[in-house]
Amino acid sequence: MKDLADTSGQPPGAAPNAPPAIELRGISKAFGPVQANKDISLSVAKGAIHGIIGENGAGKSTLMSILYGFYKADRGEILINGQVTQIPDSQAAIAAGIGMVFQHFKLVENFTVLENVVLGAEEGALLRTTMSNARKHLTEIAEEYEMNVDPDAVIEEIGVGQQQRVEILKSLYRNAEILILDEPTGVLTPAEADHLFRILRGLRDEGKTIILITHKLREIMDVTDTVSVMRRGEMTATVKTAETSPEELAELMVGRKVLLRVNKRPAQPGPTVLKVENLRVVDEDKVERLKGVSLEVRAGEILGIAGVAGNGQSELLNVLGGITRATGSVQINGQEIDLTGKHSDGRSRRKRGISHVPEDRQRAGLIMDFAAWENMVFGYQWDPALNTGWLMDNAGIKAETEGKMERFDVRPPNPQLAAKSFSGGNQQKIVLAREIERNPDLLLVGQPTRGVDIGAIEFIHQQIIDLRDAGKAILLVSVELDEIMGLSDRIAVMFDGQIMGERLPDETNEGELGLLMAGVTSGEGAR
Amino acid sequence: MDVMPKWADVVLVPVVSLLLAMVISALVILGIGEDPWAALKLMVQGSFGSTYGWGYTLFYATNFIFTGLAFAVASHASMFNIGAEGQATLGGLGVALVCLALPWPHWALALPAAMVGGALFGAAWAFLPAWLAAKRGSHIVITTIMFNFIGAAVLNYMLVNVMRPAGSMDPASAKFPDGTNLPSLHDILAVVGIPFSKSAPANLAFIIALIACVVVWLLIWRTRFGFELRAYGKSESAAVYAGISPTKIIVVAMLISGGLAGMMAVNNVMGEAERLVLNSVEGAGFIGIAVALMGRNHPLGILLAAILFGFLYQGGAELALWMSIPRELIVVIQGLVILFTGALDNMVRMPIEKIFLAIRRSKQAAGE
Repeated sequence: MKDLADTSGQPPGAAPNAPPAIELRGISKAFGPVQANKDISLSVAKGAIHGIIGENGAGKSTLMSILYGFYKADRGEILINGQVTQIPDSQAAIAAGIGMVFQHFKLVENFTVLENVVLGAEEGALLRTTMSNARKHLTEIAEEYEMNVDPDAVIEEIGVGQQQRVEILKSLYRNAEILILDEPTGVLTPAEADHLFRILRGLRDEGKTIILITHKLREIMDVTDTVSVMRRGEMTATVKTAETSPEELAELMVGRKVLLRVNKRPAQPGPTVLKVENLRVVDEDKVERLKGVSLEVRAGEILGIAGVAGNGQSELLNVLGGITRATGSVQINGQEIDLTGKHSDGRSRRKRGISHVPEDRQRAGLIMDFAAWENMVFGYQWDPALNTGWLMDNAGIKAETEGKMERFDVRPPNPQLAAKSFSGGNQQKIVLAREIERNPDLLLVGQPTRGVDIGAIEFIHQQIIDLRDAGKAILLVSVELDEIMGLSDRIAVMFDGQIMGERLPDETNEGELGLLMAGVTSGEGAR
Repeated sequence: MDVMPKWADVVLVPVVSLLLAMVISALVILGIGEDPWAALKLMVQGSFGSTYGWGYTLFYATNFIFTGLAFAVASHASMFNIGAEGQATLGGLGVALVCLALPWPHWALALPAAMVGGALFGAAWAFLPAWLAAKRGSHIVITTIMFNFIGAAVLNYMLVNVMRPAGSMDPASAKFPDGTNLPSLHDILAVVGIPFSKSAPANLAFIIALIACVVVWLLIWRTRFGFELRAYGKSESAAVYAGISPTKIIVVAMLISGGLAGMMAVNNVMGEAERLVLNSVEGAGFIGIAVALMGRNHPLGILLAAILFGFLYQGGAELALWMSIPRELIVVIQGLVILFTGALDNMVRMPIEKIFLAIRRSKQAAGE
């Protein structure tokens, strides 16, 4: 381990000479042949915000799961406030003063805030006394840390930002001194994320210790005091945030220099390829998910759809990809496509020249148990070029797969390997290779770099831009604002199933987009 | 990265499971005061020691190949079809109706017609559960098992009220015309000069079962439909993304599955009994599940597992005949084999995986 800084230095909220709030010594954990954590040592001072950053699969979540009692370490020990502590389960973790806020909230949707906070910490068999005590206690905590949440609000009726606050309150109600947050900003707008960071700083100043797990460099730079970098199960460095830079952290994460910005020439848009008018989708629960969306994408340009997850972007992609049915009108190269009938499936869309890189490659884009060569034709198996009479031309497909894997730098370049054996980035390259090499008129791309290592992001972005430069239309959906700003030639912001407005990346900023993403149309409004 | 080499996965794990089942069976036989070694010798002798034994072993195996393939095809589409019993029952009805419909002049004409009849009836019996699963989300396990009972009742009704020859007290159909009698293995092997027992029931249907293995293999791993079927079986959400219709896959996979189960009747009804009797399937539909599980839903594995279960059936019958081992105990032994090879697969797999992992680690350590 490379120690770039002495982490026992005094962060703002620390008591002098106190033992570290958390100390991990030589933690190792293997799952079968995979060494998820390898001899990890870490010390987090009391009253600090400590970031843990690393690519997917670097072992961050495993490490935190060990700390929270979900997994048992093969070797090593955990010290809480200088005391060696056994954490066999999450009850023990809570007893030791550790609270965890998961990426996917663990709340009962139809319970109130108060009921959720109390759940699992009831005193005695009758609820009445617990509830009145809890109400008082919760109000005190909420006031102390300035987290205003109505205790009687029902979870499903409040926003994600508030739900996250309930998760934090749950931990504080159980007297957590150490708070672990796993990718907390994934579902938040930039403004909500800023609010969260204010809360975290407040908690730190009250002497709480906070561990923030993220893959976003900007958040680490914004809010943490110290940061540890993980790579391939090992802790490669621990540094003071003030003494490092995003470039240095990226390099530590990946192990080589990385280009953080996208290089592209100005777009040269051609004729309109995709024209969407007044698209509406009502889901199974009779909730309107798309409320009259209209947009256009021209050949040779990238239209980026920005928005917080769950505001209709997925439905838009699914309608265009033939998965969801809709009303309204969609034209490809001036010709209407079927939105409700027999030809509203993925196969018909592909025949019309629409390729689709889905948001969830593991559930939709790939069959994880299929070999790479089978995945390389998945969705196009009907194509006569891939068949010889009754049978599929497996030998030909395998040969072609080798070429595609080489051109898209899929590693290892072995067509026989099952999709699940590839890393997230290489899985995504398989999907991209399949969809881009069909030479589509329109490429739908959802979350192209979600769960993809920083090293592969660069390559994937370049492939998308190359396709644009080849004169194809691209509709990009991403919850990563940086990605939208970097790749798009035009940006449309979605909120609550509607397009709130369109902006040009050079003429806008994250603040303005953030407001649109939250549904606020101020000033000049939508163009 | 796979933990184990493929041969360990496909061969070693089932063999170890089988050995464990044999050890426990031996203990049970010891427990009732018989000699397990003598029992094993008798079983092997009785099922593989003579062409007569082989004739019975292969006859049972033929049934299990059809029902095993039936289960496997549905299984690749993640449909748990446990209705092969009922589908084979109805298949028997189809075969019988075809055989009794005309005074068939020669088996070569009757056979294709009977195959179609059996397959159609079996497929029809699978259609309703499939359609309910595709359109209404009914659970295929519940509906197919219910259809087993209904199928048995239908057969009962048909035999007692419709097909029973006038004056007969026996709930069975009339004997099929001679022109439908299939050549036995004795007749077939005589052509190439191999002597084979004349009285054993194995017949031409075994050859058809072998062809079915090849056809199913081609269907699942070489055709577009097989590709789509396997894709749907692994991930429904991905199949929908790719434009594969779940309704089509569910219905067609179940029709093929039911058709294969129905074709079993060519062996037991047309090839052996030469008339339709009550409970002609005798549990082969359920054994097919174990056969497919043990054979990992692969036709070659199913062929081998079917022969193993044919051995257990025939060897078991010999035991009951020649030793004072009750018939029920043979069911126990068969049950143990199913338990170890099907249900307790992971119990054997995980320790073996650990051993391979340890070997690999020590090799890596030595390499470093």
